[in-house]
Amino acid sequence: MSEFLRSYLTVAIFGLVGLALVGAFLGLGRILRPDHPTPQKLESYESGVDPTGDTWSQANIRYYIFALLFVIFDVEAVFIFPWAIRLDAYGAFGLIEMGIFIFILLLGLIYAWRKGVLRWA
Amino acid sequence: MILALDPLYLTNIGLAVVLIALLKVVLAFAIVLVAVLFMVWFERKVIADMQHRIGPNIAGPWGLFQTLADGLKLLMKEDLVPEHSNRFVFKLAPFLAIVPAFLTFAIIPIGGNFESKGGSVRIFGYDTYLQVADPPIGILLFLAMSSIAVYGVMLAGWSSGSKFPLLGSVRASAQMVSYEAALGLSVLAVILQTGSLSTHEMVADQAAGGFLGFIPNWNIIVTGFVPFLIFLIAGTAELNRPPFDLVEAEQELVGGFHTEYSSFRFAIFFLAEYLNTINMSAIIVTLFLGGPSGPVLIEGIDWAWGILWFLVKLFVFLFAFVWFRATLPRFRYDQLMDLGWKLLIPLSLGWFLFLAALNIGNDRGWNPGVVVGVTIVGGFAGGALLMAAIRTARTERISQEVDAHG
Amino acid sequence: MSAVFAAVSTDAPIFVAQNVFFAVVALLMVGSALKVVTTSNVVHAALWLVLVLAGAAAQFILLGSEFVAVTQVLVYIGAVVVLFLFGVMLTRASMGDDESVAGEKRSMAAVVAGLLLAVMSVALIDSFSDDRVVIDQPQLVTTVADSIFSQYIVPFEAISVLLLAALIGAIVVARRD
Repeated sequence: MSEFLRSYLTVAIFGLVGLALVGAFLGLGRILRPDHPTPQKLESYESGVDPTGDTWSQANIRYYIFALLFVIFDVEAVFIFPWAIRLDAYGAFGLIEMGIFIFILLLGLIYAWRKGVLRWA
Repeated sequence: MILALDPLYLTNIGLAVVLIALLKVVLAFAIVLVAVLFMVWFERKVIADMQHRIGPNIAGPWGLFQTLADGLKLLMKEDLVPEHSNRFVFKLAPFLAIVPAFLTFAIIPIGGNFESKGGSVRIFGYDTYLQVADPPIGILLFLAMSSIAVYGVMLAGWSSGSKFPLLGSVRASAQMVSYEAALGLSVLAVILQTGSLSTHEMVADQAAGGFLGFIPNWNIIVTGFVPFLIFLIAGTAELNRPPFDLVEAEQELVGGFHTEYSSFRFAIFFLAEYLNTINMSAIIVTLFLGGPSGPVLIEGIDWAWGILWFLVKLFVFLFAFVWFRATLPRFRYDQLMDLGWKLLIPLSLGWFLFLAALNIGNDRGWNPGVVVGVTIVGGFAGGALLMAAIRTARTERISQEVDAHG
Repeated sequence: MSAVFAAVSTDAPIFVAQNVFFAVVALLMVGSALKVVTTSNVVHAALWLVLVLAGAAAQFILLGSEFVAVTQVLVYIGAVVVLFLFGVMLTRASMGDDESVAGEKRSMAAVVAGLLLAVMSVALIDSFSDDRVVIDQPQLVTTVADSIFSQYIVPFEAISVLLLAALIGAIVVARRD
């Protein structure tokens, strides 16, 4: 158990050192760089007309559908990972069970495909 | 039950063990930073060569210090936080882009003697694996870190305070999220073959045995080429690299999600992208090409051969990514999403089930020809039904539109 | 209650370390959860939620269940909160603070939350105060797989139907345009 926790501690330390390194560079930069903000510099860069409210958000609901589809396939993948490891022990019956699972979720994908939510992304 | 654990941690914890772990962390950092600097220079030089020009050649011999010079320049530029932005999230987003990239590197085995010592190397009298950590769920950590990388992109665009970065970041995150599903599903074939999620186990499995005496037991051959191809395509799209870089292209939405970022914060996004490229290549090498496994030709320095083979294979894929950039035209966004959802996901799931059936058939003594035959028939039947369903939907839609305009 | 503390003081150092980490992560989670409900910017609330979920994943690792921990990061943080942020960014997209999100009826909410905390604390401490958490081996993925595909196979198949229903429902609602 302690070996297990030690390897995760190493990963955590690795991440923290990375964070500290990047933070140190940014701090170093703050010392080195000039700092003369003027109102013109702080304006957002706009090279065209901003799209307006309602019509824009309606057209972009399809991006939301992609994120939803991802949630579903992510949960599916999370269930398939442990099964793939113990495949031999579950045999043909396990294959059928998993096949049913995947088939039902593929039905969902086909439904989305037919309803046209995967078009014109 | 054997856990794939680094032999270093099985000894009693003492100062030497802690120091060796720290040494690995420091070495990994050094390798990461040097590799990123090298990769940026390498890409510019190779693309220049393919486009029949010279590329950077002034800062240092052959322009080797160009990346360092660019980094220093960016460090000393003025850092502007736009007025209408959300300051806290604006400053947080670069960190969310680069820390997952560092963490992915921790699970990659970069060396080790897999011929005789099971992948370990002797440092100062202790046997240890040449990877920072080897958690038993190794490859899932890689998938989790790519999921977190989406946050960097999303929050950068949103916090910039204007609609162009926001739109760019929404499109980029939708692209990354779509291909993450395909990425995870194509790793399944490798996990099926290995029977474990640990990266060390995957390399050890590919180091053993072989076919006909000289073809190595690499997963690229054993799982068929299909999961490898799917992983390569999904990985390129996940990285927002050409030919899938529409959301970052200069001719489109200005700079995409990082339009409003300047100086070192922009450099962090830039470095994170190249670091992710190196990580993705390293993961491909680990999953499909056997990582650091390879023949040990000189017994005396056995620890060096693992690193050498790993670097050679890694180099092939780094070159491949640069080659894609130099030669392939860009995908349109809808073509990109179609490819991800309509081709890669069903194909990876279908191929995985096929491999699972073959595996079980092997154990239970089924005739592999029968399994292949059933799969082909089932595939055709399923494909025909799918085409019929799509076609009826299309004719309905077209008749609706004709009625509406008629 | 006292049994728990006695166990802590006499066991090996690793248990002390686990308890210390548990306390730190738990404090972080409670603080972040409070920020989720009190901050007035929706996206900030989502980010504090990510911190709470990351804390939950860390607790799972401390308990030795690494598959559950990585699933927490992969699905909850990597997909569900991303979905939530997509929804927020595509509709509200307001930069600054939005008082209506956290302002009204704060004191009543605090009273209800306090009562709930009291009831749950009494119930949990009463039932579990004499139990001890003894984890000497981390939980293997193979164990999780075995339990899903033998004991919980029916809920497993039910999950696929549930996901299908969620997907169809969301598509129907989103297409009502």
